Amino acid sequence: MTAPAISLPAARSVTDARWFDWVGTVDHKRIGILYVCTSLFFFVVGGCEALLVRLQLAVPRAHVLSPEAFNQIFTMHGTTMIFLVVMPVLTGFANYVVPLMIGARDTAFPRINAMAYWLFPLGGLLLHFSWLAGGAPDIGWFSYAPLSEKPFTGVDHGADYWAVSLLVLGISTVASAINLVATIVALRAPGMTMRRVPLFVWMILVNSVLTVLALPALTASCVLLLVDRVFSAHLFLPSGGGSAIMWQHYFWSFGHPEVYIMALPAFGMISEVVPVFARKPIFGYAIVAGSTVAIAVLSFGVWAHHMFAVGLGRVADAAFAASSLLIAVPTGIKIFSWIATMWGGAIRLNTAMLFAVAFLVQFVLGGLSGVTFAVVPIDWQVTDTYYVVAHFHYVLFGGTAFATMAAVYYWFPKMTGRLLDERWGRVHFWMMVVGFNLTFFVQHFLGLLGMPRRVYTYPDLPHWAALNMASTIGAFVLGASSLVLLANIARSRRAGAVAGDNPWNAWTLEWATTSPPRHDNFGALPPVRNRRPLWDLAHPEAPDAPVGPDEPAGAPRPNAAKVGVLTFLASESAFFALLIVGYVFYTASSQSGPSPDNALDRARTAVFTVLLLASSVTLWQAERHHNAGRGRQSAAWLGATIALGVAFLIGQATEYGHMFESGIMVGTNLFTTTFFTLTGFHGLHVLGGLVALSIVLALALRGHLTGRLAVGLRVVGYYWHFVDVVWVVVFSVVYLRGLL
Amino acid sequence: MKWGLPAGPESPFSPASPFAASIAHLFAITLVVCAVIGAIVVVAIAYSLTRFRARPGSVEPEQVSGNTRLEIVWTAIPVAIVAVLFVMSIETMSRSDPPADRAPDLLVVGHQWWWEARYPSGLVTANEIHVPAGKPLLVRLEAADVIHDFWVPELARKMDAVPGHPNFFWISADAPGAYGGTCAEYCGTQHAWMRLLVVAQTPADFDAWQAAQLAPAPAPASGGAERGERVFRSDACGGCHAIAGRGFEGHVAPDLTHLASRSTLGAGVTENTPADLTAWLHDPQSIKPGCRMPDFKLADAEVDDLSTYLGALR
Repeated sequence: MTAPAISLPAARSVTDARWFDWVGTVDHKRIGILYVCTSLFFFVVGGCEALLVRLQLAVPRAHVLSPEAFNQIFTMHGTTMIFLVVMPVLTGFANYVVPLMIGARDTAFPRINAMAYWLFPLGGLLLHFSWLAGGAPDIGWFSYAPLSEKPFTGVDHGADYWAVSLLVLGISTVASAINLVATIVALRAPGMTMRRVPLFVWMILVNSVLTVLALPALTASCVLLLVDRVFSAHLFLPSGGGSAIMWQHYFWSFGHPEVYIMALPAFGMISEVVPVFARKPIFGYAIVAGSTVAIAVLSFGVWAHHMFAVGLGRVADAAFAASSLLIAVPTGIKIFSWIATMWGGAIRLNTAMLFAVAFLVQFVLGGLSGVTFAVVPIDWQVTDTYYVVAHFHYVLFGGTAFATMAAVYYWFPKMTGRLLDERWGRVHFWMMVVGFNLTFFVQHFLGLLGMPRRVYTYPDLPHWAALNMASTIGAFVLGASSLVLLANIARSRRAGAVAGDNPWNAWTLEWATTSPPRHDNFGALPPVRNRRPLWDLAHPEAPDAPVGPDEPAGAPRPNAAKVGVLTFLASESAFFALLIVGYVFYTASSQSGPSPDNALDRARTAVFTVLLLASSVTLWQAERHHNAGRGRQSAAWLGATIALGVAFLIGQATEYGHMFESGIMVGTNLFTTTFFTLTGFHGLHVLGGLVALSIVLALALRGHLTGRLAVGLRVVGYYWHFVDVVWVVVFSVVYLRGLL
Repeated sequence: MKWGLPAGPESPFSPASPFAASIAHLFAITLVVCAVIGAIVVVAIAYSLTRFRARPGSVEPEQVSGNTRLEIVWTAIPVAIVAVLFVMSIETMSRSDPPADRAPDLLVVGHQWWWEARYPSGLVTANEIHVPAGKPLLVRLEAADVIHDFWVPELARKMDAVPGHPNFFWISADAPGAYGGTCAEYCGTQHAWMRLLVVAQTPADFDAWQAAQLAPAPAPASGGAERGERVFRSDACGGCHAIAGRGFEGHVAPDLTHLASRSTLGAGVTENTPADLTAWLHDPQSIKPGCRMPDFKLADAEVDDLSTYLGALR
């Protein structure tokens, strides 16, 4: 094997940094490491919760935990692992690796990146503060209504903490996803076309778009649940005319894309690790990237396969069976591509590759058991049993967690400059494989023997005790394996073998700089003419063929701020779409009391609507003058825009005031609940837009709206026009629909 | 033996009705298909790992980056497989869950944390549902509070009991026997002890059971039972429980008219022996923590009398 052609200075230690360097950082590498380390902390928390669950279930009729404690702990285990471990650890690796892979100096919005990170521990603390505030949530991670509603949770605030914490984490996740989209679209190095970026970057891009579009469904769900709980409304309470099933539609329209949000980055990791250790390029780059897009699109059309037992009817069940079966195809394609990559290679089976291979086998098992759920009648038997517990742990732990371990062993040398110890790595690997499979493989059989999930104890039915004991033993082996990992990390970051720039002889750009990389990532970048620039450096005699046409030097990239705001608006559109759907659904099924016909003042609102629309025209004028360099006129038009926006808000406040005076409150009926939620959130967006416009106006008056900030007016303009367009839709749906 | 009655394991793979049998059949076929695919993949991985390992001094292998024909093949084959699975799903859906085409034979209502069963004959019982063997019954399923799920794996698909959204499904048992089941949707504190038992009987036995259950409760036949009924009355047990013929008409908790004919207490949490009944009445919260029945702090003598009274309700 030929040595890489580049060699740069030896490693420095990241441990030199003082604590404030970490707290105050906006460096994507440090933020990435913060994400990974915080996730590791919550992994220990969620793991201890899992061990308590397994301890209670080790024998029938055990008394380790009370039912109340058990129900809180399994809820916290699921919520913690999904929102505080899997999602952020994947975000952390994306943060660290993506800018390096595309040859960028940082992400597009380093400050937003830091904000997104710090919201993550805040959300985690909010969730766990519930322990001190009367009890953790005990409603399961998908919080089915009406169990999660006030009449059934009593005075406990666990469900409130759950919802508020997920709102915070949702903002964090979307902010980070927007940053990653803008980074990948706008900051790729010269020559790094979208046909040449590493597959990890492709997966993160698709994943981030998926996040941006799917997380609003979680946000809308949590908002509506809180509206029910705080304002005594009945959206999901059948006793008040609401619909328990609607909660499931809202939650799973987030929840199933979420499954892929937790899987796609793992696919990306595997798509990097397998080629490097098989010493061959990925087999079928285009089909692997394309199948990722297919998965993302299909993932929005499969949510009701979580609801086959609800009784949605034959047509709905059949439609969602079809889409759910279909999504197995692009997933299978990836598996075949990874195996074909290994085929004919020269496989180096070190720890990272071992984890990748275990991922392949376990993910296939989890995928195949997943196929059985898409076959509706099978789902009718095994959903909500330990069979499904086994299935999703094979996907999320056997799949994503093992892929993440491969990523840890693979990129740790880049992050720290030192290699993790291979011998301890193997101990870790084998303990984890044995522990994982012992814990979860037997759970398939428990489910097939009739054991439902989420029971705090169980009768001594044939085989249940033995299988549960085996599962518990496995869980403790699995728990112990994590200690080996932590010890390996603790030891290796100071005393591990020095890695050098490119210890694996890999081919992507993150290995073309020092380990750890300097603050601005790169000195000079190698030329990028295909997918493996470092292969070309190492093999000048047999470089890869160029992929696609070369870009002219200095080829322009889209403006990051514009990409960022448009991505943000896509996310906002999804959020408002869900609120509008809720309004239409609940108003159609509305009952006695206020209705759009007797509670709304159409004529007055029409006047204020005209004012808001006029503000888009004045803003357009402001932009026109700004672009022509006429600062004073631009500022005057901006001022007019702000005045019109304020007038609109006054109009809305007047309408609210009249309704409150006649006793119409948020919780009065389903119409008023959705009316106030929809128009209230729109009003908040107008308010946010006014703040942004005022900042832009202040900058303009001081003559600062130039240079890098010149795009500010355009970007805020996009947002303002968006808010106006949303109002046109809201006005049509809420005020005009009754006139038709 | 389960709860004193013979039956198989509570498994989708020991079906005892045509509905469950059609699912078991499809499940078995699907698992075979999955096992074959899984085996091919695992063998391919194992072969790669042994055949294509780096050897000391080995050079970089041939850099192959794709093969369009192969990629089309391994897209097309899975499409064909899932298409077949889809057709089989649709066919089995109509066999395992035929449409409701008549008035229901049985109303089942999920409560936190017990099952209420009502028959067209007026019979009301809890947690133990008797059915005539060999005769499909159409069940109407409701929920009184939160979402529950009715699951008796040997007899039928599982079906959610959703408040405000009645569901219908078929159940039947090929042969007499006891078929265990459970609530399968997490429904709060005591989800674990929301078990149920379906007892299939020959039509003659079923008719006899139904006639016996329809009879009102007899007057207390002993001094102890009489005192027990007074305790039942004075502690307002009838606010929640019904005992037909004795003037107790509560309906938020299980009907006790024939309590002693049932084999368990608290939806499966204990057997229903006199000793278990006494312990339950002494402090239900220590046996089924969080259940809706409070600890009435009865004196031992009162518990004994109450147990005597209720234990005689056959």
